[in-house]
Amino acid sequence: MMGQILFALLLIAAIALFTRSIRRVVRNIRLGRPEPINGRRAERWRTMALVALGQSKMVARPVAGIMHILIYAGFVIINIEVLEIIIDGLFGTHRIGAVLGPFYDFLIGSFEVLAVGVLLACVVFIARRAVLQLPRFRKPEMKGWPSKDAMIILVVEIALMSAFLTMNAADLALQELGDAHYPPAGSYPVSAGLAAAFGLTGLQPASLALIERSAWWFHIIGILAFLNYLPYSKHFHIVLAFPNVWYGKLEPRTQVANMPRITGEVRSMIDPSVPPPEPAPARTVAGAEMPERFGAKDVFDLSWKSLMDAYSCTECGRCTSECPANLTGKLLSPRKIMMDTRDRLEEVGKAIDAKGKWEDDGNSLHTRISEEELWACTTCNACTQACPVNIDPVGIILEMRRYKVMEESSTRPALTGMFNNVENNGAPWAFGPDKRLDWANDVNG
Amino acid sequence: MEQIRIPTMAEFAATGEVPEVLFWVGCAGSFDDRARKITKAFVRILNAAKVKFAVLGQEETCTGDPARRAGNEFLFQMQALQNVTVLNGYGVKRIVTACPHCFNTLKNEYPALGGSYEVLHHTQFINALLKEGRIKVEGGGFQGKRITFHDPCYLGRGNGEYEAPREVLLKLDAALVELKRSRQNGLCCGAGGAQMFKEAEPGTREVNIERSEEALGAKPDVIAAGCPFCNTMLTDGVKHFNKEGEVKVKDIAELIAEASDL
Ligand code: SF4
Ligand code: SF4
Repeated sequence: MMGQILFALLLIAAIALFTRSIRRVVRNIRLGRPEPINGRRAERWRTMALVALGQSKMVARPVAGIMHILIYAGFVIINIEVLEIIIDGLFGTHRIGAVLGPFYDFLIGSFEVLAVGVLLACVVFIARRAVLQLPRFRKPEMKGWPSKDAMIILVVEIALMSAFLTMNAADLALQELGDAHYPPAGSYPVSAGLAAAFGLTGLQPASLALIERSAWWFHIIGILAFLNYLPYSKHFHIVLAFPNVWYGKLEPRTQVANMPRITGEVRSMIDPSVPPPEPAPARTVAGAEMPERFGAKDVFDLSWKSLMDAYSCTECGRCTSECPANLTGKLLSPRKIMMDTRDRLEEVGKAIDAKGKWEDDGNSLHTRISEEELWACTTCNACTQACPVNIDPVGIILEMRRYKVMEESSTRPALTGMFNNVENNGAPWAFGPDKRLDWANDVNG
Repeated sequence: MEQIRIPTMAEFAATGEVPEVLFWVGCAGSFDDRARKITKAFVRILNAAKVKFAVLGQEETCTGDPARRAGNEFLFQMQALQNVTVLNGYGVKRIVTACPHCFNTLKNEYPALGGSYEVLHHTQFINALLKEGRIKVEGGGFQGKRITFHDPCYLGRGNGEYEAPREVLLKLDAALVELKRSRQNGLCCGAGGAQMFKEAEPGTREVNIERSEEALGAKPDVIAAGCPFCNTMLTDGVKHFNKEGEVKVKDIAELIAEASDL
């Protein structure tokens, strides 16, 4: 009984804490500019099924892709086991799923096989990071917390899987001893071997029960703790990947969305009889007035979707390892753009939590992301193609460029020249319209 | 050879006739010495296929693509609204262009500003002409030559067109060798996003050098391009490696025009 009460309290605390974190994340995402996401629902479901559920973009790198699918399948399926653990924990039952009979044997058997798959994949992933030192995990933005975060996740998953198998092994030994509390249930293709290998079969029932219970508690406490670690980690992508892909951009990659506000301004400039549009009213965000800006100075000026992108980023670096700017040693790393956006958003969120409202702290997105990074992008969209969860770093880069150019008049000198040429000659070079058809003079040449 | 006439939309409008397609020449195609050769090659193809086409001539102005991508949305819309007015004024329905940046802007970005047209990249148009039998190509001088194709980001990854340029190239009876990074994984030439008009940011090398090195690694006789900016970047890259004597960078329109002796 004590155990059940303890378990119930633990479960409630874990869920309450997680709910609070989720609320914070949702609040933070909503700090962004409202952006209606247009219909095309059927297409969105299809994309989500393919990219998020089906992991279609992961296999672009076959080794990582297949390993990831293993971990992913293991995660999804072992959640069924967690359901059983929760019911057992709350009602003091043991292996409630056993009522399913042979199907239960099949379930437990496949969980075990998957657990080994996950273990293996995690070991390979650790080796890849620690021993092989793949370049995309060694970029400057990966120093410190990001690489630690990745390692923590992998070690925790190994620990959880090991606990799961240990629990099963002890359970099986007890079942074989005919212990009344451990009736025969389940099939144990992996832990049967473990039980024999680690000499569990020779232990006393009391010691076995101690091992079984300890592993059980370790497993479930670990899972609840991990659940609450998610919102602070890149591992949060297991939650956000699905909605993020669903809401993702369906337009052609290179299509830049229109700014209707500017259309109004330009129309009135061209035709004096058209009145200039009313300036958009300031938005109130977290108790602060946000002026409507051209482009993005801070997270408030980005679309909520860009902020969701930032929380969905898995820091895998697939974008960066395809980015032509990054490949040629330039400062730009699309992954860093996403991480900086998330870090800034977290910073803003913390300040709001502390003060109850937002007060300008003198920093912005531009404090973290330099002009040199912004101006290096060729808008080639290799990053958006590579991203396994359809994140769009180019959208953020472009909004920040807009702020630089239209609000601060700060650009690269050569670009000022190009702007002037387009404005005066209708071409990025200094040739007037009267020269536009000169090529036609000798078409055969 | 008789001089081909380049009719303008204004001339068509004066006679009350409608051309089959508007050829959007683009700034590079109009002013850049190298890109003008692509423009002329494409016009020779249009002429050979007896396509009734027109250009805007002096009424054409920059689509605004580099301005928009450099963050100057005002300037982009100034250009775009001006172009939309002209295009709609002539009742333009179909546009073909040899520049993937113009293609992307006209096709994807003008509708939000009131300009909706059927827009084709010239490789798509040439491919259709070949399929309809309006022009014929018999390999010509490129038979058996090694040709590699560099996917322009704004055509391929941006708009999903990978096949039209390849189908056209196959008509040359050449050996089409794929680059390691091709189709959706293609590597940028380094010119997009207004980079063409500025110094590159500091790095260890230039993007066009990286790309040209990869293309030269395929040991091609010809590097085929489908974008005037890619063409310039790759031509510079080939020169950087002192290979301009052995390897030619040519637009698909130039290859077809040359193979057909146009
Ligand atoms: S679009 Fe910009 S950030 Fe993305 S890969 Fe290309 S150059 Fe890099
Ligand atoms: S943006 Fe996408 S590809 Fe880049 S690191 Fe994040 S999840 Fe990976």
